[in-house]
Amino acid sequence: MTDAKPILRLDGIVKTFPGVRALDGVSFSVMPGEVHALMGENGAGKSTLMKVLGGIHQPDEGAIYMGDDRVVMAGPLEAKAKGIVFIHQELSLAEELSVAENIYLGELPRKSFGRVDWTTLTDKTNAILKKLNVGFDANTLVGDLSIANQQMVEIARALTVDAKAVIFDEPTASLTDAEKSVLFDVISDLQADGVGIIYISHRMEEIFKITDRITVLRDGQYQGTVNTRETNEESVTQLMIGRKLDLTRNASHHEIGDVALEVRNLSCGKLYKDISFEVRRGEVVGFYGLVGAGRTEIAETLFGLRDPSAGQIFLDGQEVRISSPADAITRGISLVPEDRKGQGLVLGMNCRDNMTLPQVDDLKAGPFVAEGAEIAIFDQYRDQLDIRTPSWRQQVGNLSGGNQQKIVIGKWLSMHPSLLIVDEPTRGIDVGSKSEIHKLLRALAAKGYAVMVISSEMPEVLHVSDRIVAMYSGRIMRTFTSDEVTEDNLIQAISGIKADQAA
Amino acid sequence: MQPGALSKALKSGAIWGFIVLELIFFSVAGSYMSLSDTAFMDWENMLLLLKQSAPIGIIAMGMTIVMVNGNIDLSVGATYAIAAIVLLDSMTWPIFAGLGDWVIPVAWLLALTVGTALGALNGLIVWKTGVDAFIVTLGSMLGYRGIVFMFNGENPTSHLNWTLVDLAEAEFLGLATASWFLLAVTGVVWFLMTRTVHGRNAYAIGDNRDAAVNAGIRVGPHMMINFAIIGFLAALSAVVFYSESGSVNPNDGQLYELWVITAVVLGGTKITGGAGSVIGTFGGVIAIQLLRKGLGHIGADTSTVNLVIGLILIAVLFLDRQLNVKGKEELKV
Repeated sequence: MTDAKPILRLDGIVKTFPGVRALDGVSFSVMPGEVHALMGENGAGKSTLMKVLGGIHQPDEGAIYMGDDRVVMAGPLEAKAKGIVFIHQELSLAEELSVAENIYLGELPRKSFGRVDWTTLTDKTNAILKKLNVGFDANTLVGDLSIANQQMVEIARALTVDAKAVIFDEPTASLTDAEKSVLFDVISDLQADGVGIIYISHRMEEIFKITDRITVLRDGQYQGTVNTRETNEESVTQLMIGRKLDLTRNASHHEIGDVALEVRNLSCGKLYKDISFEVRRGEVVGFYGLVGAGRTEIAETLFGLRDPSAGQIFLDGQEVRISSPADAITRGISLVPEDRKGQGLVLGMNCRDNMTLPQVDDLKAGPFVAEGAEIAIFDQYRDQLDIRTPSWRQQVGNLSGGNQQKIVIGKWLSMHPSLLIVDEPTRGIDVGSKSEIHKLLRALAAKGYAVMVISSEMPEVLHVSDRIVAMYSGRIMRTFTSDEVTEDNLIQAISGIKADQAA
Repeated sequence: MQPGALSKALKSGAIWGFIVLELIFFSVAGSYMSLSDTAFMDWENMLLLLKQSAPIGIIAMGMTIVMVNGNIDLSVGATYAIAAIVLLDSMTWPIFAGLGDWVIPVAWLLALTVGTALGALNGLIVWKTGVDAFIVTLGSMLGYRGIVFMFNGENPTSHLNWTLVDLAEAEFLGLATASWFLLAVTGVVWFLMTRTVHGRNAYAIGDNRDAAVNAGIRVGPHMMINFAIIGFLAALSAVVFYSESGSVNPNDGQLYELWVITAVVLGGTKITGGAGSVIGTFGGVIAIQLLRKGLGHIGADTSTVNLVIGLILIAVLFLDRQLNVKGKEELKV
C-alpha cells in the first residue's frame, strides 16, 4: 500500500472561528481500500475537519486533493458529486417517508408525467437492503424503524452512489453487536472495492479491530498518524490526551457535608435507565460521557422538565416529586443549561434583568418591579463572580461567553439554591475564562453547595470533580472517586468497555 | 403489529369515524329537533352537501400540498375574491365584446392565470427572502384584499352570463358541476401527492428540510410551484362558484383561509409539515360541511356552529398529541 497514491488528501488545513483556532494545520490522507481512524476528544476538531471535507466550512488555509487534483468543496452537493459520502451520527432522514424514498431522496427514478417509478425504486432499494442483511424492506416507513435500523438506512444511502471515500461518524453508537458485524462486513466490502474509509469513533475495541491507520487530533492540532498494528490502546489514549494532565485538582480540601440529593433507580423511557447516585453538600460530582449518553436528560428530570418513568428522587432525605421547573426552584434546585444562548439567557435583555429573571415576581414594590433591589442583587453577584461588564444596562448578547455564563450562574446563586446543576459549564468559552469558571465551581462547593457538573471535556471533569459518574448510552457504567480515576479507565468506561467493573 | 401502528390506524381512520358519528348524531337529533320534515341523511341533501363543500374543498386540496410542504397560505381567501372579480368583470370588457359565448373560456383562463400568478408571487417571496410563509401570506392576504377593495370600493361586482349559469347549474350523472370539480381536483392532487416525484419531494421537504437540501432537491423552486398550485386552485374555486352566482362582494372569501386550514388539519395533516393525505383532507372538508349543515338542521345559529367547530378542532389536535408516541419524549411546557 505504500506505493499507492492517496485517494483523498487534506493538507495543512487551518480553520479559525471567532476566538478559536479550530484546526491548526491538520493533514490527513486516505488510501484506496484503507480504513483510517480519526480520533480525538470532543472538541479536538474532528467534526470541523469533516465539515471542511464536506464543503460545509471553507478552510482558511490548506488544500484538499483527490488523486493528483486539487479540489474545492463548494458545498455538500459538490462533495457528494465528487464521491465523498458522509454517514452522520445525527440522522438526516424524513421519518414519514419510506426507506426507499429516503435512500433515493432527491434522485427518485421517474416515469412519464413525473411519476415515481416505484418498481425500479423498490427493486433497487431491496437489492441494497439485501446486501446489508437487514430485517426491513423498501416500503417500511423510516419513522417505524429503530434508531439502529435508521442508521442502516443512512448507510444504505451511501451505497447508492459511486463513492470514493465514505466517512463514518460514530456509526456504532446505537448498534447492537449483530448489527455492528453487518456494518463491518459492509465496510470490508467497500474496502475491497477500493473505497477509502474514514472512521470516527471513541471505541478502541472497534478501532483496533477494523482500522489500518489511526490519526489523532487534539485541540485542533495534528498529533500524529500511526499504523494500527504497531500501536496499542494506551499509546493512542496518550496521544489523545497529551501530556499527563495536572491532576492535583482540588487544593481546596474542605468538609464534605450531608447528602443533598439522592437518586435511586431513576429511569426515563429509552433516554436513561436505572440511574442511582448521590451528591453531598460541598461536593462536585462530574458526569462524563459521550453526547447522547443521557446526562442532560437526567439534569432535565431533576429540574422538573421531564417526568421519570420509574425511580425515586430524595432531597435532604425527603422523597420528592419534581413537577415543574418552578417546583424545582422552590425546592432549591438550579440548572445552568447546556445551551447558554438558547436556554440560559434572554440575549436581548440587559444584564440586570437576566440576573433577576427567576425572582422578579418577588422583587415588587407595590405593582411595580423594584429596580433598586434588582440593581443591588446584580451588583452583589457582579462583584462576587467578577463579571466584567461596563454596566447593568449592557445587553447580555454583547458580553463574552465567559461573562455570559457567569450571569447565568449568578442568576441561580441569587436564588440561594442547595443543588446547582451545571451542564457543559465552559462550552464555547475561551481558555482563560474556562479556568475562572472551574475555580468558581470549586469555590461554590467549598461554600457548601452541592454541585453537579455535566461535561464532555475530560480535563474539565477531572479538574473540577470530587467524584465522577461515567455514563454510556443511558446507563451509569462506573462511579470513580478522584483517587482511582485515570484518563484510561474513564475513556474505557464511557466507551462501553469493561462494563463489569461497575462500582 | 409495529409499535405506533394502532395510533396510526386511529389517526388515519379517525376522520371517517367522526363523519359517521356526525351522521348518526344529526339523524337522531334531527328527528326530534328539526324544523323540517325531511330526514338529515336524505340523498338530495347529501348531494347538496357535496356541492356546497366544493369552494372550501378545492382550496383545501391546494392547502394540503402547501402544508405538507411545511408552509401555509393565508392569502387564499383574498386570491379567491380577486379571481372572482377578474372572472365576472372581464366578461364585460369591450375588447371581448365580439367573442359571444367564447368569452367564457377566456374569462376562466384569465381568472385562473391571475390566481396562479398571485400564488406564484407568494412562493417567490418565500423562496427569495426566506421569510416565513405565515408572515408572507399574512401580508399578501391584506394586500390582495386591498386590491379587491381598490377595484370597486364597497360595491359588488356583478355579471350574469346565462350560458355560464346553465353550465354551472348543469348536472351530470346526478352530480352538480361544482361537485365534479371537487372530485376531479381531489383525484388529481391525490395523484400528484402519492404518485409523482414532485409530490414525494413535498413530503421530504416538509419532514426534514435539511435532508432534502442535502439530497439535492431544489427546495425554493419546489415551494414556489406549490404556491402557484394553491393560487390556481383558489382561482378555480372562485371560477366554479361565481359562474353560478354571478355577483361578488368585496368581502367574499374572508375567513376562507381559516376554514380551509381547519379542514386540512382535521384531515390529519401536520401543521409542521411532512405528513398529511389528500383523502384525509377530503374527509375534513366533508366533516366540517356536515357539522355546519347538521347544526343548522337542528336549529343552531351560525355563531354556535363556529363555537362547536372551534372546540372540536382543539379536541382533535389534543387527541392527536396524546396518540402520538413521540410526544412523550418532549420536554414539558
